[in-house]
Amino acid sequence: MHKARHNPLNSIAAHAALLTWTAIALFPVVVILINSFKTRKAIFREPLALPSADSFSLVGYQTVMRQGDFFLYFQNSMIVTVVSLAFILLFGAMAAFALSEYRFRGNALMGLYLALGIMIPIRIGTVAILDLMVQTGLVNTLMALILVYTAQGLPLAVFILSEFMRQVSDDLKNAGRIDGLSEYRIFFRLVLPLVRPAMATVAVFNMIPIWNDLWFPLILAPGEATKTLTLGSQVFIGQFVTDWNAVLSALSLAILPVLILYVIFSRQLIRGITSGAVK
Amino acid sequence: MATRSRAHVIVFLAPAVLVYTAVMIWPLFNTLRLALYTSGEEGRVFTGLANFATLFGDPRWSGAFWNALGNNFWFFFIHMIVQNPIGIALAAILSHPRLRFAALYRSAIFIPTILSFVIVGFAWKLILSPIWGIAPSMLDAVGLKSLFAPWLGRESSALTTLALISVWQFVGIPMMLIYAALLSIPEEILEAGEIDGITGWAAFWWIKLPLILPSIGIISILTFVGNFNAFDLIYASQGALAGPDFSTDILGTFLYRTFFGFQLQLGDPHMGSTIATAMFAIILAGVCIYLFAIQTRMRRYQF
Amino acid sequence: MTRRTLAGLMLTTALLGTGAAAQDVTLTIESWRNDDLSIWQDQIIPAFEAANPGIKVEFTPSAPAEYNAALNSKLDAGTAGDLITCRPFDASLALYDGGKLADLSDLGAMANFSDVAKSAWQTDDGAHTFCVPMASVIHGFIYNKDAFAELGIEPPATVDEFFAVLDKIKEDGTYIPMAMGTNDQWEAATMGYQNIGPNYWKGEEGRRALIAGNQKLTDEPWVEPYRQLARWGAYLGDGYEAQTYPDSQNLFTLGRAAIYPAGSWEISGFNAQADFEMGAFPPPVVNAGDECYISDHTDIAIGLNAASPNAEAARTFLEWVGSAEFASLYANALPGFFSLNSAPVEMADPLAQEFVSWRDKCQSTIRSTYQILSRGTPNLENETWNASANVIRGAESPEDAAARLQAGLASWYGPQQ
Repeated sequence: MHKARHNPLNSIAAHAALLTWTAIALFPVVVILINSFKTRKAIFREPLALPSADSFSLVGYQTVMRQGDFFLYFQNSMIVTVVSLAFILLFGAMAAFALSEYRFRGNALMGLYLALGIMIPIRIGTVAILDLMVQTGLVNTLMALILVYTAQGLPLAVFILSEFMRQVSDDLKNAGRIDGLSEYRIFFRLVLPLVRPAMATVAVFNMIPIWNDLWFPLILAPGEATKTLTLGSQVFIGQFVTDWNAVLSALSLAILPVLILYVIFSRQLIRGITSGAVK
Repeated sequence: MATRSRAHVIVFLAPAVLVYTAVMIWPLFNTLRLALYTSGEEGRVFTGLANFATLFGDPRWSGAFWNALGNNFWFFFIHMIVQNPIGIALAAILSHPRLRFAALYRSAIFIPTILSFVIVGFAWKLILSPIWGIAPSMLDAVGLKSLFAPWLGRESSALTTLALISVWQFVGIPMMLIYAALLSIPEEILEAGEIDGITGWAAFWWIKLPLILPSIGIISILTFVGNFNAFDLIYASQGALAGPDFSTDILGTFLYRTFFGFQLQLGDPHMGSTIATAMFAIILAGVCIYLFAIQTRMRRYQF
Repeated sequence: MTRRTLAGLMLTTALLGTGAAAQDVTLTIESWRNDDLSIWQDQIIPAFEAANPGIKVEFTPSAPAEYNAALNSKLDAGTAGDLITCRPFDASLALYDGGKLADLSDLGAMANFSDVAKSAWQTDDGAHTFCVPMASVIHGFIYNKDAFAELGIEPPATVDEFFAVLDKIKEDGTYIPMAMGTNDQWEAATMGYQNIGPNYWKGEEGRRALIAGNQKLTDEPWVEPYRQLARWGAYLGDGYEAQTYPDSQNLFTLGRAAIYPAGSWEISGFNAQADFEMGAFPPPVVNAGDECYISDHTDIAIGLNAASPNAEAARTFLEWVGSAEFASLYANALPGFFSLNSAPVEMADPLAQEFVSWRDKCQSTIRSTYQILSRGTPNLENETWNASANVIRGAESPEDAAARLQAGLASWYGPQQ
């Protein structure tokens, strides 16, 4: 039955294509990682060589670790990212459901209103946002960042999720209604599990800019206690711009947690995507 | 649909609308309003559309604006013709049911997407640096040293190089989206096609591709919005003046430079907001074209 | 028993001590000098805190590129620190005019600074001063002494000698003659145009004439430096178009390039990274024996956030920044940042001494684009970056670049119209 889809030549070509792109994708990351463990002279002389007994050096890491509490920065980044994502997914899915499921006056207008936000960079509103946070006493708290990222992520979440929710069969929902399920139960029990792949997509889409954002941490929460990892490592990059050992080490330290997080979550992500598909 | 009480609609919408309005729309509205004012002797003076007249009428402003807009379209064009086809191709290969190590490839290819712009900018500048010599020495090894040029430093190639770096970084997103869409195509449809003798490449072209068109539509519009809001990569690698000679200046860097100022140039929130409003109009136009011209004509499949 | 009493006493004092410490005033300094973080933390702040119990100081720098934007946002919202590191001229003047920086004219320590030193942080009429000057930076060329000895060349004094030296280094081929790139643009303007230019426009004389409208950027003294820059491209390393500022620094400190067009702020970084001997020479003059001019640019100062709740403590700190003690501490901790204080400062670093010795034989001036002339749109300083980089790359002729800058300046600056 599946014979036509099983051709050894095709499969070699497929692996060749994927291997090529994988190499391209990983090459710069590998360059940064291997060079962060080398002496300054070796970095410049043979940038592609692996660290050897001669050229091995941790001096960059020592410089970076001497200052700044990377563990705390990491923790802050984690809290901000995870809580913001939870809010975006919950609020976004609820709004998307309302828009895609119910016909009410102003539905299309509301949809457009909620989509406005993906069209203007939120950075423009910085001063007004900062004002708001000052008035509410949220400056230098992680909550300020969480609110901004939630607001920033909602438009795209609503946009993508409502697109997917329209694909959920009406029969299923109507069957639920006949069984006497409340609208809330229909949403949480029937619809949410079906749009899991879309939720995973939204999560990935939002996680990256939140984790990597430099601007709002710098403006809203620059205090030592609320510094995020990206802001923390940026200070090092600025500070040691000529000390490439330190720069490469700071970059490596900024890459590693994201990589580890990604490796942990990528299974969830893929499972979310495939479970939606397999049904 | 026929429920009488509408309370749940409000409950579903309220949290999102509240947070979004308070933290995003209100501040943005307050800022965009500045486009209609200018700073005079006694604070803010209402000037109507005078700032827009300056932006489009004054040759200095309009020259910079059209330059940035043109660059932005080129940046978007490269993404559309390079990033999305590669993403679709990778997803199509990955979705092959018998492929080994699919999970490994998938994870590896997505890694650049999770890196910050600071890292991406720095890493590629290192590789392409004429001094560090990773790219030149690699080309040298295959006897193509003469092909190397300081790409990021040449007006003719800097923008394309940056667009390709951005493609490198973000190709994982179309790949993942298309991959999810391909997996969600019911097996029965493909099997029905096989019975009719449609397999392999033909099956992809005639059965799968039409089914994933909505996803491709979403990706295109996301790419459009993302590219027209782009800023960080160019700022991180070329600085706010988007050198050489503004050849990599896109709307995002032009806006940043104007709104927040740069070096000795003081920030001008009024002209900055004017540019932001123009950007907003461009993106809105693109999204409207997508919503009305493309999306409404596209068939939706409920599975 | 006695020991226990003693311990008890110590415990009480410790508790009381912390009680008192809780009432300490903490001053926060906003700065773009994140390079100097450890110097402030380890040397400057402890010295101040030891002399002024009850006042704690925190140094919280951000990256230079984001400093202005981030600071302005924080000042607008009222979350900025008590002490603000001041950029020279209009950036700080705008903050003062906007009521964000307090008037410091009545500060006692202001008497320790000359009018020239204060000029970068005063209102145009000189009536109000709003930042305490900290340091200036001097431009010139740093060279690799070992390389010069190896090739048997001497530091050049005239333009012809300068290019003869470059030719010789290029011919030999061991070293890249000059380490500079055009990717980041500002070095071309700052270490290029503003470095060699004062010899042509005769320092302050030309700079003031330009502001008064008596000279134009298309006049010979302002175009000739661009012609000189246009010749530089041939002596820079391969692919200099994509060479960044850190690339250039590394090229020089790794001993691969012989000459580095410099600002004195490089000294401490170079001292730490180069393992060869370095020397410095001032920008070459056209004919031997000509009067020489150097760019001795007032670069950094510190002011008081007008909204600071700790104004009194902050003023105490600012008085100290204006003292001879701070001047000596700062100049020696950061060789290459030369004190603007009238009190003479002894510096230990030989390279820094070399730079500062030019003050005795040459006329000092500041960068031509900084005062008044970068107040409008298009911004002359930013345009100069772009023009200098273009000229070095050969993308624009010196005359065209000058004509473009003049047209831009004349479009908004009255005296030039």
